[in-house]
Amino acid sequence: MFGKKKDAGGSAVLYASKKKKFSERLRFSFSHHYELYLLALPTLIYVFIFCYIPIYGLQMAFQNFSIAKGFGESEWVGFKHFIKFFNSYQFWPTLWNTVSLSFYSLIAGFFPPIILALLLHHVKARKFGKVVQMVTYAPHFISVVVLASMLRLMLSPSSGVINTMIEFFGGEEVDFMGSANLFPHIYVWSGVWQGMGWGSIIYLSALCGISPELYEAAKMDGAGEFQRILHVDIPGLMPTIVTMLILNSGQIMNVGMQKVLLLQTPLNLETSEIISTYVYKSGILSARYSYSAAVGLFQSVVNVIMLVTVNTISRKVSENSLW
Amino acid sequence: MAREKRLKFRRSRGDLIYSVVTYIILGFLFLITLYPLYFVVIASFSDPALVNSGQIVLLPKGLDFRGYERIFELDRVWHGYLMSIYYTLFGTLFNLFLTFTIAYVLTRKDFMARNFFMKFLMLTMFFGGGLIPTFILVQDLGLYDTPLTLIIYGGVSVYNVIVTKSTLENTIPYEMYEAAAIDGCGQIKFFVQFVLPLSKAIIAVMALFYAVGHWNDFMNALIYTNSEELQPLQLVLRNILIEGEMLANENLDPDLALLRQQQAELMKYGLIVVASIPLLVAYPFIQKFFTQGIMIGSVKG
Repeated sequence: MFGKKKDAGGSAVLYASKKKKFSERLRFSFSHHYELYLLALPTLIYVFIFCYIPIYGLQMAFQNFSIAKGFGESEWVGFKHFIKFFNSYQFWPTLWNTVSLSFYSLIAGFFPPIILALLLHHVKARKFGKVVQMVTYAPHFISVVVLASMLRLMLSPSSGVINTMIEFFGGEEVDFMGSANLFPHIYVWSGVWQGMGWGSIIYLSALCGISPELYEAAKMDGAGEFQRILHVDIPGLMPTIVTMLILNSGQIMNVGMQKVLLLQTPLNLETSEIISTYVYKSGILSARYSYSAAVGLFQSVVNVIMLVTVNTISRKVSENSLW
Repeated sequence: MAREKRLKFRRSRGDLIYSVVTYIILGFLFLITLYPLYFVVIASFSDPALVNSGQIVLLPKGLDFRGYERIFELDRVWHGYLMSIYYTLFGTLFNLFLTFTIAYVLTRKDFMARNFFMKFLMLTMFFGGGLIPTFILVQDLGLYDTPLTLIIYGGVSVYNVIVTKSTLENTIPYEMYEAAAIDGCGQIKFFVQFVLPLSKAIIAVMALFYAVGHWNDFMNALIYTNSEELQPLQLVLRNILIEGEMLANENLDPDLALLRQQQAELMKYGLIVVASIPLLVAYPFIQKFFTQGIMIGSVKG
């Protein structure tokens, strides 16, 4: 998706200028393309302020930062906050909850979109396919607040439909939201429900890119529908699947914090407290800025390490990689 | 013809099983996606007692619109609605401005700083300062608890820039710029007069992506605002539906307490519907655009 592409074109002017020194080329660029710099400027400034200054601000993780003193005046404390986090009783539970929730989501959520795309791609009744597409995409647009409210309403022990059904079939009432054991399942499967259709689009478009000749050839060789999926579709999807896998693994520590926060109850906190909700609570609600920044930095660093590792492995094994 | 028919016939048994299984699975996915949404709608105007005892399954029963009546009396919901519209409208305009200017610049292959700008943007996809430094920054900028924060925060998504850039590369041929340049047309003029009018489809897609993001956001409002009058709809909903503020704050009349209790659940379903109406109404029309948007990104990216 982000593979390197050599510029095919380039005007004669550019070629000529390539031989010149960098400073000369720069001056040429400024004088001839100042309007382009002008157009780019607002976004670059914006990104600089809102994305790069916070990176600079991460130094607070190594300080005893106070808003009154600012970055310059605050006292440096090295890795104190990191060590405090690693030694705190929240460290292992939040780390485990984050990683397990994330892996569970990745595994449970990875195949349904692919399966849906394969089914939709070959469905003969076009109308039916269109309707299924339209309906399965819809949950993607539901806000996380609405989703969490729906879950809480439907899973409520006293009045929820699910419990009414369970009781109807002779089961016992289950307090879904109050159970630490059930929280990961609720979180993950509601995510699958919401993301399956939307996730399938990227695979559908990859399937559309497969040459019809391959299908013809497979047909001639006597392949049935199922064999076509196995021998034409799946190999055709592989690059997309690997790309998605790499991208997802770079997010391994980024569990959807909003939904977790909305589904948290005091009773399921044991499994629902993840690193980012912990950062939110200790940082924003309790104003322990330096400590929370350190916890957040730890999380980002793990993400980057994961991304680089998976990308390297993938480049060696399958030649698919982001860079 | 005849041979083809025979071939079809010979293969048909395995394929028939395959088709049947396909339709069963797709039908199942269809129902499991649609039913929860449908249930919320019918439960929002059915007798709450019947809803709670599980008697509402396929059709609404014991029509009861008191839930909606109560919702209409709630000022904070309507105020939230207005705030959401305000944030969504101006926020999306701001997003479009930032996205299309940079995307156009990045399409210019003869532009020297192109690769550097691209890397500058893409780095932010993989690493960032995180919540706390950003929160401190917003405070330092004096944006905390102002309506402006929710308009400009999340001003540009790098992923959308890349999608827009690839689309522009495919819709605006480079020769066109060269021709315009010969006629003495500057880059900004070219961008405004030629690029934008030719990119209506991708503008629509991006506008919709960003607008949905603004409309559905509650977290930024929760973090970066404090005053009640700045709350967008989603945050109001979260306070009512998740935190259960409604029952405690809204009504002080004890005679109505019992009635309120009954209506509370009904109202919750109603609120979900009310909050989702703009999307529910627009969805069938815009769904095609969304699909296009993601397709462009994945195929050409």
